[in-house]
Amino acid sequence: MKLSYNWLREWVNPSVSAEDLTSRITLAGLESDAEPMAGEIPTGVVVGRIVKAERHPQADRLQVCEVDVGTGSNLQIVCGAANARPNLNVPCATVGAKLPGGLEITQAKLRGVDSSGMLCSAKELGMSEKSEGLLELDNEAKPGTPIEQYLSFADDILNLELTPNRGDCLSVQGLAREVGALYGLQLKRPNIPNAVVEGHAQIKVEIEDLETCPTYTGRVITKLNPKARTPDWMRERLRRSNIRVIHPIVDITNYVLLELGQPMHAFDCDKVSGGLRVRKAKAGETLTLLNEQTVTLNNGELLIADDRAPLALAGVMGGAESGVTASTTSIFFESACFASHAVALTGRRHKLNSDSLYRFERGVDPGLQKLALERATQLTLLICGGQVHPISQAGRQQAETTIRLRHSRLKQLLGVDIPAKEVEALLARLGITLRNEINNSWLARIPSHRYDLRIEHDLIEEVARMYGYDRIVAKPYAAQLAPTRLPEEQRPLARIKDQLVSRGWQEAITLSFVDPRIQSVLTPNIAAIPLDNPIAETLAVMRTTLWSGLIPVWLHNHQRQQKRVRVFESGVCFEERDGRIVETARIGGLAAGSARPEQWGTTVRGVDFYDVKADVVALLGGAADEYRFEAAEHSALHPGRSARIFRAEQAVGWIGELHPLAVKQLDLPEAPYVFELDWNAIQNVAPPKTKSLSEFPSSRRDLAIVVDENISASEIVDVAKQSGGNSLQKVFVFDIYRGKGLKDGCKSVALGLIFNDYSRTLTLEEIDRSVAEITQSLDHKLKASIRT
Amino acid sequence: MSEQLDELKLTALAEIEAASDARELEQLRVDLLGKKGRVTELLKALGGMAPDERKSFGELVNRVKEAVASALEVRGAKLAEGALAAQLAAERIDVSLPGRGETLGGLHPVTRTIQRIERLFGELGFATVEGPEIEDDFHNFGALNIPELHPARGMHDTFYVKNGEMVLRTHTSPVQIRTMAKMVKEGRNPPIRIICPGRVYRSDSDRTHSPMFHQIEGLYVGENVSFADLQHDLKTFLSRFFEREAEVRFRPSYFPFTEPSSEVDIKDEKGRWLEVLGCGMVHPKVFEAVGIDPERYTGYAFGLGVERFAMLRYGVDDLRNFFNNDLRFLEQFQ
Repeated sequence: MKLSYNWLREWVNPSVSAEDLTSRITLAGLESDAEPMAGEIPTGVVVGRIVKAERHPQADRLQVCEVDVGTGSNLQIVCGAANARPNLNVPCATVGAKLPGGLEITQAKLRGVDSSGMLCSAKELGMSEKSEGLLELDNEAKPGTPIEQYLSFADDILNLELTPNRGDCLSVQGLAREVGALYGLQLKRPNIPNAVVEGHAQIKVEIEDLETCPTYTGRVITKLNPKARTPDWMRERLRRSNIRVIHPIVDITNYVLLELGQPMHAFDCDKVSGGLRVRKAKAGETLTLLNEQTVTLNNGELLIADDRAPLALAGVMGGAESGVTASTTSIFFESACFASHAVALTGRRHKLNSDSLYRFERGVDPGLQKLALERATQLTLLICGGQVHPISQAGRQQAETTIRLRHSRLKQLLGVDIPAKEVEALLARLGITLRNEINNSWLARIPSHRYDLRIEHDLIEEVARMYGYDRIVAKPYAAQLAPTRLPEEQRPLARIKDQLVSRGWQEAITLSFVDPRIQSVLTPNIAAIPLDNPIAETLAVMRTTLWSGLIPVWLHNHQRQQKRVRVFESGVCFEERDGRIVETARIGGLAAGSARPEQWGTTVRGVDFYDVKADVVALLGGAADEYRFEAAEHSALHPGRSARIFRAEQAVGWIGELHPLAVKQLDLPEAPYVFELDWNAIQNVAPPKTKSLSEFPSSRRDLAIVVDENISASEIVDVAKQSGGNSLQKVFVFDIYRGKGLKDGCKSVALGLIFNDYSRTLTLEEIDRSVAEITQSLDHKLKASIRT
Repeated sequence: MSEQLDELKLTALAEIEAASDARELEQLRVDLLGKKGRVTELLKALGGMAPDERKSFGELVNRVKEAVASALEVRGAKLAEGALAAQLAAERIDVSLPGRGETLGGLHPVTRTIQRIERLFGELGFATVEGPEIEDDFHNFGALNIPELHPARGMHDTFYVKNGEMVLRTHTSPVQIRTMAKMVKEGRNPPIRIICPGRVYRSDSDRTHSPMFHQIEGLYVGENVSFADLQHDLKTFLSRFFEREAEVRFRPSYFPFTEPSSEVDIKDEKGRWLEVLGCGMVHPKVFEAVGIDPERYTGYAFGLGVERFAMLRYGVDDLRNFFNNDLRFLEQFQ
């Protein structure tokens, strides 16, 4: 909300600069700043009255005007504005005037006609971004009055961004109350008398449900002057709050909204048939609004309706049909209190917004309606004339709110002991009076405009706010701490990340919503969760795999000459299973480009399955023996170069090269290697239980066997382990050979066998026997022969 | 005989001095002192001498033998020294060449910031707790005293899934609800000290807003936890995090789930106030929603934006850098 500081000053004047004021109220919880109304104030511009306007002899679109600027001798000024006409007051820049932007007015000749000045638009005075024609001024404006004085250019605009609980401050009156409380100043309200009622016309009002509308008041005013014009002082105040001038009656309702905080509406009496009723909409009713939008109501929106049809969406927007027009001569002013939820519902359903809705959503003082109605009446008589009729009214009297406040609770919650007298004084400044009760407590009476205060905590906050948060001194406390539980088997994710970092992986964090086009290629069979309201088509579904985010990361860097990429991410993946949303924490990575950073003394080769596998196995920590890598098919992975990872019987992840088809469909520069593991399945590793070490020397035997290409290394190692007896400590593959000397479809696998015993040195014969057993089993189970 | 002896000695010493490597020297040793060596041959001649002569000549020969042996040793040591020097010179490498192997990766600055904050609060006894990212209305809004149609919902540009049935959590506050509700269900009582880091989502995207960002929620519930405690803990945290005694101010604000509520601003090096977090005393309605007695227990809660802290700490000026994952940006955090 924007407000003129001069306007506020009429209510309460703390005699500080706008900047000081806004920093003070910001510290009291009303976030705000201020800026001068005009960046540059024009000089030499005065009110001028066009006495005569005739067409320029040489130019159709120019007029030669005679302008009275209060000096006794009229000026001749050539003007191109369409609205220049006799008997109009406008700003007139005289010769020597300086306008914002640096324009200086000199004596000129326009198409052969002398021009001694310039008639100005609002834009030329620096008052608005754009404008149509000359700025028209009140007929009563006195020619010769300096414009900066006439329009009070020396003003500041207060810009308030209030939190939703402080709807009571969304007006000059509300802000003035708060400023008065902070600076200890009394308010100077304008005098608002009850209007003298002259007529008897009344529109009957009824409320269907007091929960949605506790109070509804209104009044008929007839015999309005349809030629009335909104005066300049009101126009300026509205303009400084960014509110458009529309029609004197509408402007008055907007003015009262800004001044007192009461949203109002005016109906054209001639368009109202019978009485008015505040009721809920029935399904299918329609209403065309002031913004020319037609809404079809679907049960429950709060309406103002007459005997025939809906006229307005209560508290949100009036209808086009019943609104005031240029020919309106009698009106019905509405000043009501609608419940915030009722107004919010309408706004939410039909995506509507208005200054009225903004205020009702945040609450409006339930005791304000009559005062606002009298204020609007007063302004109407002033501007449009007319005859006043009695007030119509429905609803209930607002019960007084009282809240119990305990001194002990205040101390407990704030951690500071504020003396009782001071508590009373602080709250009194806000218009809250305290009555002493037993046990050091009070009963607080809350004024109706502080409808946001409902419970003891709310009052304590008010005390703290007025006392000053900065005076609630931070104090150290003796914490009662116990060491936190530290289950050792739960490996911290941070440590796993550090391991990957040490192995050359860079962590990435990508958005959790991804491009469905990419994801459907990667996990076509997983039901991804689409967003109802995505911000972009490429961010429309929740990720089912970390790869959906990591592939774009790789591409982003690849396009920036970073060909070697090793990135990982940890985070949640989402999918829908049996109608339920399942979130799974994962850790995954992508590697592309060379296996090693480019460096001297090594041959360059691309990253391969085994490079990535080594890093994945490192992640598994001390439990690596519990895992198996099984050749398996994944829709996104190369069927011959991918493995599903199992921990005992549980599938915990995947590793592999991206499928060539996926590479093609996603238009990737090469096939990257990717992995992904379920974090919860791999996190736990039991703390080690150590075995005693053998005192005796171990023996190594190497065995080269020839097997069919389809026999996997792990099958060979498993057979060797099973048949090698108790003294076989370790079996490992140290070489694979294919080619010359071997049949096609065969490979030679070199095994290292380590034998050791805890109680003695093994004899050569014992070792030979074990090796023979292994050889036999390999032959028997895998048709493996010894390579000679 | 003795002239012959002198001559042998002189010749031998000259030859030893002239030996150019260890092998040549060894050959000389054999040639002089070996079984058939020239000096050894002279000793053999002693057998045929008269006792007197044998004694005096024997002494002379032994002296020659010792002199030769000593010369061999000296020369041997010198040759070894030279050989080592030559070997070392030949084995010299260029130590300025870079090391081989893998280079270091790095943690994402958001992770780094979260870990730092977790450590600082960890020392105050705060445990890290996590919760789901797709939430129901109750945990994200209702239990936090944000009823439907409340204007505060307008402050959260919410992403919906499943036709509005569920939301992507708009803050990490639902985790405090889950933690308190679980504690009550398990029949345990406060104190609770937790921080809840994680991803949150708002449907807003421009230079200063990302549709996904990270928050850390903090919650301390106990008997007599006060607003003064909140100020103490957060001020201590801020000065430890930024490693300077920054001026901090608490400014009244509004959150539906805390009362009193406050924004916290710190003064930067240029003297400007920067909003860094929101906090307050847990609203009694929140305690009621999870079944904790608001009369017996009080608590404070705070929420901070991780990216904001990372930007201030590491001088990052564009929020989008965090999620572009450009390696040239990330590698600065090795």
